[in-house]
Amino acid sequence: MIEMQDVWKEYPNGTQALNGISVHIQKGEFVYVVGPSGAGKSTFIKLMYREVRPTKGHIFVNGFNIERLKDRKIPLLRRSIGVVFQDFKLLPKLTAAENVAFALEVIGLSPRQIRKRVADVLAQVGLEDKMNMLPSQLSGGEQQRVAVARSLANNPAVIIADEPTGNLDPDTSWGIMRLFQRINDRGTTIVMATHNREIVNSMRRRVIAIEQGTIVRDEQRGNYGYDD
Amino acid sequence: MMTKWVRHLREGIRNVIRNGWMSFAALSAVIVTLAVLGFSLILTFNVQQMSTSVANQLEFSAFLDVNASNQIGQQVADQIRQMPDVSSVQVISKNEGMAEMKKELGSEMSDVLNAFKQNPLPIQLVVKPKDPHEITAVADQVKLIHGIAAVRDPHQLASAIFRTLDVIRDVGVVFVVALLITSMFLISNTIRITIFSRRREIEIMKLVGATNWFIRWPFIVEGMLIGFFGSIIPVALLAVGYRSLYAHAKGQFSGLAFPLVPAGTLTIKLAVILVAIGLVIGLWGGTMSVRKFLRV
Ligand SMILES: Nc1ncnc2c1ncn2[C@@H]1O[C@H](COP(=O)(O)OP(=O)(O)O)[C@@H](O)[C@H]1O
Ligand SMILES: [Mg+2]
Repeated sequence: MIEMQDVWKEYPNGTQALNGISVHIQKGEFVYVVGPSGAGKSTFIKLMYREVRPTKGHIFVNGFNIERLKDRKIPLLRRSIGVVFQDFKLLPKLTAAENVAFALEVIGLSPRQIRKRVADVLAQVGLEDKMNMLPSQLSGGEQQRVAVARSLANNPAVIIADEPTGNLDPDTSWGIMRLFQRINDRGTTIVMATHNREIVNSMRRRVIAIEQGTIVRDEQRGNYGYDD
Repeated sequence: MMTKWVRHLREGIRNVIRNGWMSFAALSAVIVTLAVLGFSLILTFNVQQMSTSVANQLEFSAFLDVNASNQIGQQVADQIRQMPDVSSVQVISKNEGMAEMKKELGSEMSDVLNAFKQNPLPIQLVVKPKDPHEITAVADQVKLIHGIAAVRDPHQLASAIFRTLDVIRDVGVVFVVALLITSMFLISNTIRITIFSRRREIEIMKLVGATNWFIRWPFIVEGMLIGFFGSIIPVALLAVGYRSLYAHAKGQFSGLAFPLVPAGTLTIKLAVILVAIGLVIGLWGGTMSVRKFLRV
């Protein structure tokens, strides 16, 4: 599903963000990526959807060979991945439904198919009543649910999330986590960078810890392992 | 497939409306530029027509020996007609030449002419070359033909006319190109400013797997809409203006004998050229404006 072999990343300004990362993530896994700020978690995530290119090493995601991927094939890779961020990345002038529909227009579905799919995924995240509201009329947790619904719209094999609960209070975070849990139960692979130790510790899923650009720990039923 | 194009069109129109004032600024810039351009095109078309009309009137005269008979005159004329670069040869016989001259001199002076026992005028051949630029070369060839006594040198008049018209045309071309480049930058800058607020939208589109072309099209549509309306407005204004001028001047340059390009023909030419240019400017402006944001 996701395979990295000795991956290095040096940013143009000389920052050494990743130093020889190797991981193998199987279909249906739920993986937490933990580590201190600046450890390289976001870089690790961005490599998967080709937001950044590795300086060295091999990366395979959903059957795409990232090294060899031509620029015009990048959209195909991204359509096979759902991405969720800390800051939601919703368009403020579009309603919840329109924000989700946006992702489907891009791949050229008909308006009828889009309406049906939007209703479907918004129901999955429990927002069927609020589909016509603007992001500003929704709470942080609800906005993140819209973002999750958008990431689900294309029916991706993998969802990657970079600190999706970073801006949310603990109760709301739990709600979002349960949502990811349900999505994972249906077979979707999930890779999530997080700082939420409580959640990581109680879920007991695979934990990959990165420090200074290297994997220092990779446990099948791991815990958060930091005191911060 | 269809829905995609409907979407691009819808988004493009929405962008124009959403960016109201900026669109208006770009539109005004294009209107002004294309109006000036259209105006210089109208001048160019008429100068061109004048040039053709002058060129088509260019001819030179060759004279036979005074003693040559009309029969020989016809023979030599036929010989010149055989030349590949010659369009037509008109023979003015001795008698026709005399009649012409009497008419020009008036009744009193023509008595002087009557005093001649024999007609003193040579047979005159009026030669028109196929390509007016080649008039001197043709005259040189005709000079060599047996039976031709003299050729009136057409050189100076012809080359002076051509030189003037060429200069007018070159200046026009430079002017027009400068105008076009200016308006392209104006459109692309306008879209680029408005695009700043849409960075986030573009970022998200890329994230969910939009192709570069999918992102680009609405911006191109936006540019082309501005280009289109920015061109039909000056076309309409100039067409109406020229039509009334043409009617007023009765189809001629006042004073001179040169005809103006008919209003209908000119409107069609102008519309085709300006609308095409407007669309190209818009296409280019739209493409340039997103370029920077599409690098992966
Ligand atoms: N675009 C960039 N250009 C230069 N350095 C960067 C860039 N993005 C991240 N970095 C640096 O790379 C390192 C890893 O960053 P990041 O992957 O964001 O870590 P994390 O998500 O674990 O906080 C940090 O030192 C950071 O400053
Ligand atoms: Mg980060």
